Amino acid sequence: MKKFLFILDKPPHSGIQLQEKLDVILTTAAFDQKVALLFLDDGIFQLKKMQQPEKQGLKDTSSIFNALEIYDVNDIYTEVESLQARGLKPSDLSLPVKEFYRKDINELMRSYDVVL
Amino acid sequence: MKYAIQVNASPYLSNVGYSAYQFIEAALKLDHEIFRVFFYQEGIYHAFKYSTPPDDELQMTAKWTELAKKYNIDLVVCISAAQRRGLLCDDEAKRQGKIDQDLAGGFRISGLGQLLEASLLADRFIEFG
Repeated sequence: MKKFLFILDKPPHSGIQLQEKLDVILTTAAFDQKVALLFLDDGIFQLKKMQQPEKQGLKDTSSIFNALEIYDVNDIYTEVESLQARGLKPSDLSLPVKEFYRKDINELMRSYDVVL
Repeated sequence: MKYAIQVNASPYLSNVGYSAYQFIEAALKLDHEIFRVFFYQEGIYHAFKYSTPPDDELQMTAKWTELAKKYNIDLVVCISAAQRRGLLCDDEAKRQGKIDQDLAGGFRISGLGQLLEASLLADRFIEFG
């Protein structure tokens, strides 16, 4: 088993990029690997509550994030500065997240075998 | 060292595919092993057999086919990413009730499990794009 850290730094609803990344994340988790997610920069918006992507002909990916628990993906990280810069608080997000300061992100990444 | 490579960008919107190609060539020359190259997302556009850029441009698909032949490298295209974008091989097209065979030589189509296997068995897994 390897420890995977997936970095999500792109905004949601820009094509199907996120959906394809989620497919990799769920496949990795389904093969019993240790999976954690780190939301950075505009990637934070992926967890913003109250999204209505169906109007843009896109799937509601936030419901997939809510299913992560079933796959034993419970390590959801985010960056304090990314939240602050966008005027968001953890309570605006659809999942409980663990916050890290930017200065500590490097150390977090180093504790994983594969960072994608 | 044993490397696995993932390519996510198309040959015309980005040059990361060529960077991956150059990395692979350099690694092979230094006697490293390339366990697998996995083409995902827009990266599947590297595998279109009939892509025909002008003669004075980089012939990326042909370069991959040559590389696969010369070094016997496993070039795998993700099936779901490929089908979304209209890249089907013969048997998959038949299964879908369609007629198509767009896959360039040296490539094969398979699933995300192949990506995961590569990332688990390789010493280093590098994502381009």
